[in-house]
Amino acid sequence: MRRARRFAGHHLLTLVALLGFIYILAPIAVIALFSFNDPAGKYNYTWQGFTTQYWQNPFDIPALRDALITSIQIALLASIIATVLGTLISLALVRHAFRGRGTTNLLIFLPMSTPEIVMGASLLALFLNLGVATGFATILLAHVVFCIAFCVVTVKARLVGFDRRLEEAAMDLGANEVRTFLRVTLPLILPGVGAAALLSFALSVDDFVITNFTHGTVVTFPLFIWGAARVGVPVQVNVIGTLIFLVAVGIMAIGVLVSTVRARRDRALAERAAEAH
Amino acid sequence: MSEIDVRLRDVTKRFGEFVAVDDISLEIPRGSFFAMLGPSGCGKTTTLRMIGGFEEPTAGTVLLGDQDVSDLPPYKRDVNTVFQSYALFPHLSIADNVGFGLREHGVPKAERTARVGEALELVDLTGYDTRKPRQLSGGQQQRVALARALVNRPRVLLLDEPLGALDLKLRRQMQLELKRIQQEVGITFVHVTHDQEEAMTMADQIAVMNEGRIEQLGGPTELYERPGTAFVAGFLGVSNLIAGRLDGTDVVTADGTRLAVAAGALGGRTGAVRLGIRPEKIRVADGDAPAGAALVGTVREYAYVGVATQYVVDTPAGEIQVFHQNATPGVQVAQPGTRVTLTWDPQATFLVEGETE
Repeated sequence: MRRARRFAGHHLLTLVALLGFIYILAPIAVIALFSFNDPAGKYNYTWQGFTTQYWQNPFDIPALRDALITSIQIALLASIIATVLGTLISLALVRHAFRGRGTTNLLIFLPMSTPEIVMGASLLALFLNLGVATGFATILLAHVVFCIAFCVVTVKARLVGFDRRLEEAAMDLGANEVRTFLRVTLPLILPGVGAAALLSFALSVDDFVITNFTHGTVVTFPLFIWGAARVGVPVQVNVIGTLIFLVAVGIMAIGVLVSTVRARRDRALAERAAEAH
Repeated sequence: MSEIDVRLRDVTKRFGEFVAVDDISLEIPRGSFFAMLGPSGCGKTTTLRMIGGFEEPTAGTVLLGDQDVSDLPPYKRDVNTVFQSYALFPHLSIADNVGFGLREHGVPKAERTARVGEALELVDLTGYDTRKPRQLSGGQQQRVALARALVNRPRVLLLDEPLGALDLKLRRQMQLELKRIQQEVGITFVHVTHDQEEAMTMADQIAVMNEGRIEQLGGPTELYERPGTAFVAGFLGVSNLIAGRLDGTDVVTADGTRLAVAAGALGGRTGAVRLGIRPEKIRVADGDAPAGAALVGTVREYAYVGVATQYVVDTPAGEIQVFHQNATPGVQVAQPGTRVTLTWDPQATFLVEGETE
């Protein structure tokens, strides 16, 4: 009885976890699978036959290629701007007591909690009222707005545990404020800053709702798919979607691998050092 | 030894309502090992941080040599600090940690490498250059912190409880090591600690601090043999304090016993005082004892610890602790209830202020 329960305890968890993974990964598997489909008509919804034709020329639809390039441009710019501003805002929020700090702390989360549809609509209303023509610049502005919130949260988490004595030590050794920031503070919060940049990039590339309100005549990758879905999504979309997924997983895998190897080596060396005493 | 490296003049530091350091003045001679000793919250670390430049004094001036540095940031002061938590840069190798200050001061690369090598040799860490701090043990990290500060050849080295995080054995070893290094490099060390043994072992001069003030400043023997206040007497070792009134050169206790005071210990005191005598200065005798330096009492309890026997004896002047060296073979322990006479050399006594209600 007890053994049966233990068996269930061990394997049930594995089973549930497995089902969970299938649930999460199934849609992505379908996307990848259908990137090898050779659809008969316009619609890539039923399996017709295997081909690598679309993997050989994923960028041969000019509109799709342009949309992808636009999306990447916006995502790069938005993530750089949002990361720089977000890092500076988190430094101010964590390090300095100023009038209105509490309010700022609260307001910074507003873009995260506001429904995208509401934010998109109000941004459009704002741009119309100000007489700003919607297009590349307005998409960028909108993306920076919602990315900043995520950057602040990510970098702040890194700063809260920061040992201020390290900065004191740098100054004690002759580094002024700027040198201290460049040689000690920035390198140490860099993982947080990097994570913020990656997160911003992903959010921006992926955004549809807010972009849909602010794009004018400019078409981004998600907008292209939305438009294409009505007349039939080309297989190339599946190819590019799979590519993006593979790149993201690859980056993550490298990160995990590097930190695991490093942690193992550090532990071994520290243990040996302790034994030497 | 006449040249002064650090001078504090009427230095006060307030944090809001709280007075952390209360009007301190002191001078630290060149090449000395100076300790600031006191319980947590006594202001010793704040004082050190004002010398290092991490806190600005609310009032008063801090001088390094003849230069007023009160308003200068840390990077413009010729002092270096060994931090309590070591504060090694986790992203830099040991060599880059130690060479950090040299690089900031524009020392050329070749000289930098040579001096980093020397500093690592001084702390016995040659060959660890490429390691990262987290790959070292606590004691090694501590030595890196020391090398990182010393390599800059500062006028003064500040040490903020540098041994606090080490275990007892390693701490003892590092105490001797620090003393050796200080004598070798000849730099003025200012050391903050709450461990009286650490201060006594290492320092030439100790400032005992309490509630933001310096209670007493002096050499280890002076502070131990002639503590000037009850706080110092209690913080450095154990002492018996017997309350009474000063009459000439005697202290008269409430029950009329007269106890002689060492001539050098009077210090111009009058009225209500307490006579101090260290437990190890008291002899346990059976017969009569010289008047003026004896108390008769009853043993209440004892603890035999091999090298010595500790007694608590009830006397008319209060409870007295005795630390009896077991120097002779065949030790006889006085059982509880035994009447004993406690005697001492009047020269071993000291005076502190009377009890304040």
